[in-house]
Amino acid sequence: MTLLEIRDLHVGVDSREIIRGLDLMVNAGEVHAIMGPNGSGKSTLSHVIAGKPGYEVTGGQILFRGEDLLEMEPNERAAKGVFLAFQYPVEIPGVTTMNFLRTALNAQRKARGRGEFSTPEFLKKVREVAESLNIPRDMLKRGVNVGFSGGEKKRNEILQMALFEPSLCILDEIDSGLDIDALRIVASGINGLRSPERAMIVITHYQRLLHYIVPDYVHVMSKGRVVKSGGKELALELEACGYGQFETAA
Amino acid sequence: MKQVLAKADAGCATSNFLAAALGRLPGAGLVPHIRARAFEAYERAGLPHRRMEVWRYTDLRALIGEVLPLAPRPDAAALARAKASVRRVAVDQAVKLVLVDGIFAPELSDLGELENELHVQSLRELLENSATGAMAGLVLSTTDDAVISLNAAMASDGLVISIAEGNTIRRPIQIVQVATGSSVSAFTRSYLQLDKGAHATVVQSFISAEGASGYQANDVLIALAGDEASLSHIRVAADAADAVNISSGIIAVGTKAKLDLFSMTCSGSINRYQGFVTLGGEESKLSANGVNLIKDKLHADTTIVVDHAVPHCTSRQKFRAVVDDCGRSVFQGRIVVRPVAQKTDASLSTRALLLSDQAEADNKPQLEISADDVTCGHGATSGALDGNLVFYLRARGLSEKDAQMLLIKAFIGESIEEIFADNLRDFVTAQAEHWLQERQ
Repeated sequence: MTLLEIRDLHVGVDSREIIRGLDLMVNAGEVHAIMGPNGSGKSTLSHVIAGKPGYEVTGGQILFRGEDLLEMEPNERAAKGVFLAFQYPVEIPGVTTMNFLRTALNAQRKARGRGEFSTPEFLKKVREVAESLNIPRDMLKRGVNVGFSGGEKKRNEILQMALFEPSLCILDEIDSGLDIDALRIVASGINGLRSPERAMIVITHYQRLLHYIVPDYVHVMSKGRVVKSGGKELALELEACGYGQFETAA
Repeated sequence: MKQVLAKADAGCATSNFLAAALGRLPGAGLVPHIRARAFEAYERAGLPHRRMEVWRYTDLRALIGEVLPLAPRPDAAALARAKASVRRVAVDQAVKLVLVDGIFAPELSDLGELENELHVQSLRELLENSATGAMAGLVLSTTDDAVISLNAAMASDGLVISIAEGNTIRRPIQIVQVATGSSVSAFTRSYLQLDKGAHATVVQSFISAEGASGYQANDVLIALAGDEASLSHIRVAADAADAVNISSGIIAVGTKAKLDLFSMTCSGSINRYQGFVTLGGEESKLSANGVNLIKDKLHADTTIVVDHAVPHCTSRQKFRAVVDDCGRSVFQGRIVVRPVAQKTDASLSTRALLLSDQAEADNKPQLEISADDVTCGHGATSGALDGNLVFYLRARGLSEKDAQMLLIKAFIGESIEEIFADNLRDFVTAQAEHWLQERQ
């Protein structure tokens, strides 16, 4: 089943066009990697799918399960099952991680017409997932991401991804700032969430991440377009030859 | 016909108005003389105005113009309306002492439940007893501030509370000040004395009964925390939307004593709370915190002056303001460190969150340090909600309003969490949440 369909998308920021006619089709169960040099529009794409303000969509469409995603508020997109793991997760002092998780989870469940979790149910679920990601309980009592290391912040993103059970996960440079051990933990957390009902878009600069999260498809972005698509072997080719060849092609 | 006590142009009053009011104000012996002297001081200065540095942002001459006539003594109907509104702000487990339109209302107070160690009397009772002349002078003392002088001249009632050496008052004492009238003023003055090693919590709530509007409240609290005493003082100003509240606290803290002060303003039209704290005994500690929650056209000014008069004292201050619509928040924090006050440790943080383009916040930290071996610091910021934080929460399923609400709660929580007692922290949090819900 097609989860996400992007047709001829054009996006600008401050009247500068960043995405210039992008097409992408993602089916349930698939993992797509989007690679490309800095400034190719990868992060912009993830922000536009999640609904971040400040971007102007000047053309094209984004359909999620056939519905027009661009008409929805960011929280409606989250409730429909779109999840963005942030490249730079923000720190929120004064809001404990536990309180944040419960508030967000219950908001999504309510929007999906499901009842709120009871406290014991919620605690049990959070603790199970936290344990699998090596997240100490103490971290859950602290302000959201406050004083967390880069690795802890990224693990916190994956914790949320596991709790909210989205159908489309967009992972924006989830590998940035991670050492090899942290990368393994994060990648195994992500792999554990792969399922036939769920699709993932993995945005990265480096082939390194794709050793751990093996994609079904690889797309190369340059200057706001997908300039080449292929299987996982395309990543290896990029590693060997670099992005240079595509910059001229775009 | 409305009697005018002070005119906007000169900020002065007709003295014959005091003469008329004196007949209704309590006071035997020297008291009328003390009142006349205080009134003269007020007349000389007039209402404070913007050319006075300490009143720079709150120009009473421009903002209120005139002082309204004294409220009449509340009748049975006024007391009944007051009673209904007191219930809404009652602190769990507290002993309530209620003032209605500036007059102590024993029938609405929990006088039967006072702990033995707690001595309570009304200001009226004290001032009418000619045997307590010296005490009356102390309770009606003034500073060079005109609104405090005016209060000494016009105070109609209040509470005089004392706790003898070594006693701990278990239940919070809640003074509820209710206004029931319209276009009138109430002058109240209370006195609180904690002897050596005494402990107490005093909550002061300013509220209005249904139908009250356009009134003015002028309150003064004089408090002495003796050596090794510990006083928690929480005040919440939740007046009618078009009311004026000018409150002053004059508090002295003794050796090894501790003062926790928290002030919240969440409604009214013009509000000024000015707290003057003197750390007068070595190793005394002050924790002063507060929150201004401002919408519509509310002007809320919190001014705190901390006087480090002796060595080895600590003061910590954390103020937060949330300003929406055309509201204006003022925070002035002045820390004075006297030449002898070596080893002073003082810090002050004030932050304002602006929720609309017209909202305004004035933060003025002021450090006057005359000793050389001290640690003093301050920080002041103001700005809008961080859009990245709001988006993060929205991307996790929270509506824009809920995301803002969560962030505002966290922001003011930085100050509210300084309140030590759980039940009082919950009380303040509940009032703040009520404000947030109404804002939606």
